[in-house]
Amino acid sequence: MIPTPEITARREWMALLARTNPARLAALLPDLPTHATLRPPEIGTVMVQGRAGGTGAPFNLGEMSVTRCVLQLDTGEVGHAHVQGRDKAHATRAALLDAMMQTGAAAHLQAAVLGPLRAEEIARRSARAARAASTKVEFFTLVRGEDQ
Amino acid sequence: MYVAVKGGERAIDAAHAWLAEERRGDTAIAELSVAQIRAQLALAVNRVMAEGSLYDPDLAALAIKQARGDLIEAVFLIRAYRTTLPRFGASRPIDTAAMDLSRRISATFKDLPGGQILGPTFDYTHRLLDFALMAEGEAPMTPDRAAAPPESAPPEPAPHVTEMLNREGLIQTEAASDAVPPDLTREPMELPATRPLRLQALTRGDEGFVLSLAYSTQRGYGRTHAFVGELRIGAVAVEMDIPELGFAVQIGEVEVTECETVNQFIGSKTEPPQFTRGYGLVFGQTERKAISMSLVDRALRWKELGEDFVGVPAQDEEFVLMHADNVQATGFLEHIKLPHYVDFQSELELIRRLRAEALQLNEAAE
Repeated sequence: MIPTPEITARREWMALLARTNPARLAALLPDLPTHATLRPPEIGTVMVQGRAGGTGAPFNLGEMSVTRCVLQLDTGEVGHAHVQGRDKAHATRAALLDAMMQTGAAAHLQAAVLGPLRAEEIARRSARAARAASTKVEFFTLVRGEDQ
Repeated sequence: MYVAVKGGERAIDAAHAWLAEERRGDTAIAELSVAQIRAQLALAVNRVMAEGSLYDPDLAALAIKQARGDLIEAVFLIRAYRTTLPRFGASRPIDTAAMDLSRRISATFKDLPGGQILGPTFDYTHRLLDFALMAEGEAPMTPDRAAAPPESAPPEPAPHVTEMLNREGLIQTEAASDAVPPDLTREPMELPATRPLRLQALTRGDEGFVLSLAYSTQRGYGRTHAFVGELRIGAVAVEMDIPELGFAVQIGEVEVTECETVNQFIGSKTEPPQFTRGYGLVFGQTERKAISMSLVDRALRWKELGEDFVGVPAQDEEFVLMHADNVQATGFLEHIKLPHYVDFQSELELIRRLRAEALQLNEAAE
C-alpha cells in the first residue's frame, strides 16, 4: 500500500511527538482541549526486534517501555499516541495534538508546536553529528622495519 | 529441596531496615539521585537495560540505586518489573543501516564510505586514574569542542561493511525473512535452538559469561578467526504497526551497539570458501558485550555452516544457552543458602546410620 500524503504527514508528526521531550512539549502546548477518553493512558512494553546480521531473520532484542492512549475531541476527531517511556501526560498530550492536527487548527499548531520541536531536534542531531565528525579518523598503514 | 519455613518476621524486617540504611550510607554525604545515575553511570545503566531486556534508562538507574550498585540484582529488579507490564506488540525489525552514528569503526577496512568515527571511547586512553575527577567542587573539565567542524553538514551515508563484501559475493548472505521470531520470555527454550532464539539469549545473557566464552574461542577452544568488520553505536528509530490506524508509526528511539564480525572460512562439505559472519546487537553503548556476542554467535553456527563439532564450550548450544542468563543462574545458585533444614535433616540421619553401620562392621572384624 502506498501511503497517501495525509498518512505520510500524520506519521511524521506522530513520530516527532513520540521522540520529543515531554517537558518541552508541555511548555509549547500548556492548555489542553476538553475531550473524551476512548482508551485511557496505559503503560506497557513493545518487543523491539533486530535482524540477524543486520539484514537477515528477525530476532527479539528486548522490550522498551511505551505509553499509549486514544482520545477524542468534542468535535469528533480521534487522536492516537504511542510514546516511548512511562509518562501518561506525554501520551495524553501527543494524542490530543494528533487529534487537533486533523482540525482547522493544524496550520497554527504546525507553526507553534511541531515546527519548534522539529527545529530543536534537527539542531540536536546536527550537533551530535558534528561531534561525531570531530572524532573521524584517518588511519595510515606504515611500512614496518622488517618489510624493508 | 527448599522447604517453606515460618517465623523470623521481626528479624527479617530489621534486616531490611538495616539494608535501607546501608543503601543510603553516610547521611553527611549527599544522596545520589536517579537522574545522576542515569546521566553519569550510563554504561552501568546500559548493561542493566541489555540484560534486564527492557529499554528504559530511568528504571534501570532506579534499579541500580535500589540494588546498591549490584548490577545483577538490578537486572533482576528490572526483569521482575517487566513482567507486570502488558505487551502492546512487537516492533518492526530496526534498520541499523539507518543508525544515527556516534561511533563506527572497522578493523578490516581502513577507508570506508562514511569514514571511521571514534566517538566517546575508552580506546587509546592511558588507563591512568584521573584525579581531576575527584577534585570536588571544581567545575567539571570542559571537553575541547574546538575540534568540531563549525558547519553541521549532514552525515555521509555509512553502509554496512558486510554489505560491501556481499556485493562481491565474498561473504555468506543473510537470508532475509519476515518469520515471527521465537521468544524465550514467553515460551520455554527448546533445543536445538534456531539462530533468532540464540541471538535473543545472547543479547540478554550475562556480559561476563558471554565475554569469557568469546575469549575462549580466541584462545583456541573453537577458533573462528574473527575480525571486527564493523562496530557501530548510535540511535535507531523503532517503528510499530498500529492495527487501528492501518499503518506503522515511530514510537521512539533506542541506542544500540552492533558488531559484525567477518570470519575466515575455508569452506566445508556444504559451503564454498567465503567469509562468514557473526552478529552482535545489544541495547545501549555496550561494545564489549556486542563483540563477545558476535564471536559466540559465530561459534554456535558450526552446524549450519557444515563445520565439525570439536566439542568446545562455545560450540555447545545447550551449554551456552542454558547458562547465559545471570538471573536464572543467581536464583539457582543463591537458593542453596535458604533454609534446607528438612533435606539436611535426612542427610544427617543417613550419614549417622552409615557411620554406625561402618563402625559396627569394623568392630565385628576386629
